Amino acid sequence: MKNEWPLWEIFIRGQHGLSHRHVGSLHAPDAEMAVKNARDVYTRRNEGVSIWVVEAKHIAASSPSEKGPLFEPSESKIYRHPTFYDIPDEVGHM
Amino acid sequence: MYAQMIKTASNGIKPREEMSEEERAFQDKIDNDIKIEPRDWMPEDYRRTLIRQIGQHAHSEVVGQLPEGNWITRAPTLERKAILLAKVQDEAGHGLYLYSAAETLGVSRDELIELLHEGKMKYSSIFNYPTLNWADIGAVGWLVDGAAIVNQVALQRTSYGPYARAMVRICKEESFHARQGYDAIRAMAFGTPEQKRQAQDALNRLWFPALMMFGPSDAESTHSEQSMAWKIKVKSNDELRQQFVDQTIPQIEYLKLDLPDPNIKWNEERGHYDFSEPDWPEFFNVIKGNGPCNVDRMKDRVAAWDDGEWVRDGLLAHARKKAARKVAAE
Repeated sequence: MKNEWPLWEIFIRGQHGLSHRHVGSLHAPDAEMAVKNARDVYTRRNEGVSIWVVEAKHIAASSPSEKGPLFEPSESKIYRHPTFYDIPDEVGHM
Repeated sequence: MYAQMIKTASNGIKPREEMSEEERAFQDKIDNDIKIEPRDWMPEDYRRTLIRQIGQHAHSEVVGQLPEGNWITRAPTLERKAILLAKVQDEAGHGLYLYSAAETLGVSRDELIELLHEGKMKYSSIFNYPTLNWADIGAVGWLVDGAAIVNQVALQRTSYGPYARAMVRICKEESFHARQGYDAIRAMAFGTPEQKRQAQDALNRLWFPALMMFGPSDAESTHSEQSMAWKIKVKSNDELRQQFVDQTIPQIEYLKLDLPDPNIKWNEERGHYDFSEPDWPEFFNVIKGNGPCNVDRMKDRVAAWDDGEWVRDGLLAHARKKAARKVAAE
């Protein structure tokens, strides 16, 4: 059996009130060690208040070739944005 | 820089009309500064060249810990020791970011480390020079990390997304490295006459090896053209070297140290400093494995890898056992 430690993706909450963001990856034998290593690698300069780790093989991703069908339909739906609507000045801030 | 003499895996630039539709779309993205991401289509040669370059860059970060680690136990004060420890720890992190970037291209970290240990991949020539005294540690931070920043700032605009993002992180930390180095050498340059002598000696010895970090002159750098077209390389070796010289001379003058090269002179017409070329035969000799410390560096790396094997295997065996027990309990 190949003895390379599995790859983990690391997510850090930078400040209270913000969501976790992907910051990078690392190798670790298990989740506990992945958290410890993430602490050493990605939070040495006050970058975080919380860490999530996910083994990379468990992440399902959209395929680059589906970019068109997935994301282009929203480009034409400009009425989904507030700026699409003119509100008369007299009405004031809305 | 930390990547020198990367052989681009291609035979010159393909004219646009000879490109396939995929290749054209790929080149258009690069020309429009759209980043290439791991699962996007890319030419096989682009992928192979990037693995070589990022891998060599990663190896350099890791091997670069050795000359500095040499001085951790002998730092002159507790504060300098804590700073040096933090810097060396950063280098390990930089290695990790870069190996991770390389892994998105379909090679594993262990494979890259094996290639290094078999002598099939290289690391920067600079780390084959010894650190003889404490002044060298200051000079390494100031000059070597200073040169690294020049190169890595440019690479933040490289076309491969994971590599560019690793560079952004690394540059932030690298700035601390250069500044702590200058601070250490400054203390010596303005210290006792003996300390000043050591600072001067460190500058004299490390100046040319630092200039070599940018790789051979553009005239000799035969593989650059395709790498520039792919924006794997963003600026030429000579351009980066000149930038480093121009920014470093005033820093030397501030320290009231003698310039390490009698030919350094401001050239009004060019708007740059003139300087002597490094000893290129020496550079090629070091790259070939005949520098002062090549053998020691590889011996230390291989020993660290071999001696750590039982720890890596033990932790993994434990993790597998725990996972199996959990499955059994369910």
